[in-house]
Amino acid sequence: MLKIKTPKTHRAKRALEKRAPKLVENGKKTLILHGTKTSNLLNSVLTQIYHLKRDSAVKYTKKNENIRPFESGGETSLEFFSLKTDCSLFVFGSHSKKRPNNLVLGRMYDHHVYDLVEVGVENFRPIESFEYDKKITPQIGSKPFFAFIGEGFESVEELKHLKEVLLDLFRGEVVENLNLAGIDRVFVCTAISSTTVFFAHCALRLKRSGTSIPRMELVEVGPSMDLVVRRHRLPNDSLKKEAMKTASDQPQKRIKNVSSDIVQGKIGKIYIPDQQVGNMPLSNDIKGLKRERREAKKNKVNEEDQSKKRKMERQ
Amino acid sequence: MGTETYQIDLGNLMAFDPSHHFPSVPSAREDLVKECLHKGTELVQEIANALFSLPSTEDSDGPIVHLPQPSTRLPREKHLPKPKPPTKWELFAKAKGIKKRKKDKRVFDEQTGTWKRRYGYDRVNDDNDVPIIEAKLTDEPGEDPFAKRKAERKKRVEKQEKNRLENLKQAMKAGALPSHVQLAATALPVTGSQKEAPKKASKEELENVAGMAATATASGGKFDKKLPGEKAPKHTGKYRKFLPVVEGKGMGNQERQQTEKILNQLMAKSSHDILDVNKAVTMFNVKKEKQRKKEKDREAFSTSTKLKPKNKSLKKSSKKKK
Repeated sequence: MLKIKTPKTHRAKRALEKRAPKLVENGKKTLILHGTKTSNLLNSVLTQIYHLKRDSAVKYTKKNENIRPFESGGETSLEFFSLKTDCSLFVFGSHSKKRPNNLVLGRMYDHHVYDLVEVGVENFRPIESFEYDKKITPQIGSKPFFAFIGEGFESVEELKHLKEVLLDLFRGEVVENLNLAGIDRVFVCTAISSTTVFFAHCALRLKRSGTSIPRMELVEVGPSMDLVVRRHRLPNDSLKKEAMKTASDQPQKRIKNVSSDIVQGKIGKIYIPDQQVGNMPLSNDIKGLKRERREAKKNKVNEEDQSKKRKMERQ
Repeated sequence: MGTETYQIDLGNLMAFDPSHHFPSVPSAREDLVKECLHKGTELVQEIANALFSLPSTEDSDGPIVHLPQPSTRLPREKHLPKPKPPTKWELFAKAKGIKKRKKDKRVFDEQTGTWKRRYGYDRVNDDNDVPIIEAKLTDEPGEDPFAKRKAERKKRVEKQEKNRLENLKQAMKAGALPSHVQLAATALPVTGSQKEAPKKASKEELENVAGMAATATASGGKFDKKLPGEKAPKHTGKYRKFLPVVEGKGMGNQERQQTEKILNQLMAKSSHDILDVNKAVTMFNVKKEKQRKKEKDREAFSTSTKLKPKNKSLKKSSKKKK
């Protein structure tokens, strides 16, 4: 026996439709949480990442002792949280003697773990330690520039994976139109060695140059850290193939009754049902049919006619 | 330094220099940072060059450029939406060649001579508005045609709901359930037996049971700690009704009426027999129970012939004891 459950309010319906799978997806949201033990450093790393991604991130403050991303059974809690908050990216911090200042950056596909990268944080400098002119602080939600430097990003598999994950994490929404006045920030990632990446967040200052293209100047504002890749898990091939499928593979829906002409531009056709105006019965409450108004109108018309006649006679 | 060809992905505003490598990592942190930023500036300048050379439209906030699609492919977060399987009606319509017709929202109602909605409040051909249904030869005499129409409509609605559920089940099988619909199981499917599995207890049932459990305590559940939001238990038990000790002016002679009634009933039944006390007692108790349920009968009772004050015979000699 099955019962059909539909949302009773429009608001609930819209919330459900927002989370439904679509052809063109919403921006990915990030879930930031930590495990049983964290260090001070790691706490500040997590808060600073949350500040970087303010509008599209959810930060949990409780300790989660049953989350172990790399073990087979330890992902259920993560998947549950991802389902409830509709987040497909997560940043999980933990601290232990074996893996100090550990961050696990992960992605989800259909609210199941897709891939993971485990990095250690070293040489962390928080936002507060940088001195800069507060006027150039980047706005929340502005689209960032990315600069990846180093051949390691191409040759070493772990760094390649990390590059993809960092891009996904900090990219923000995919937009078609960009306002050139609103470019604020840049993420600079340099592969120092085959395991370490120097990650820095800088604000952009556009300076006047001779041509119409401004000269870029980078000012370090945000957190900077060294990420040491420890472990990573790539997705299965079949899962990867399914996740990489795009909407362009399916045929586009043809828009009907719209055509474009060189001379006239965009033309649309509108079809109106047959209105038998002669056969339509008039309803009783049309304003114009009220007797008083009818008569008043008639009198007014008569007066106008008379005044016109007088005018004509005078002329 | 490396060659000047960078991989630029304008859709993501990303630049990648694949040919850079540190011949020797600078030992001082500051130097490293400086070099990285220097390199970063070069890359960002390259992106900006490409970006500012795109055709831009002027807007109130600034120049707006149309970005191309990102070239680095990143995985989706959810699966692609699957197409809905056609419903039973859609299959039938396709087979028969029935095309959808656009219906107007307002339809002319012949009965009232006005334009009414096709569905909803104040609609055309509403079942409630029909004043007269003409009788046909095929009609049976005892049947209510209005009730019949209502029953037919109810059947039609139920059939439609069943069909809708079937269509949604098919969609669920194909993985294409509409996002705002959920199918919830109301009962466990029991294999074999015809009986339905025990349904989930409703809110009222749970409240009743909780109340019953509360009254099972020594103090009758009066001093139990209540959870936030829990209501006081409804008193479902029956109180005994004791007649007032001192009767007021407005009330009748209730105690007398009660005893008269019982005695007359006793005596009427056992007028020729020897009075069986046990039986009399049980009869008395049963009658009293019935009296509590039917308190309204007292009015009718007072007008009955049995209990007019004059007719009673309370002589001691008429009472028979075993």
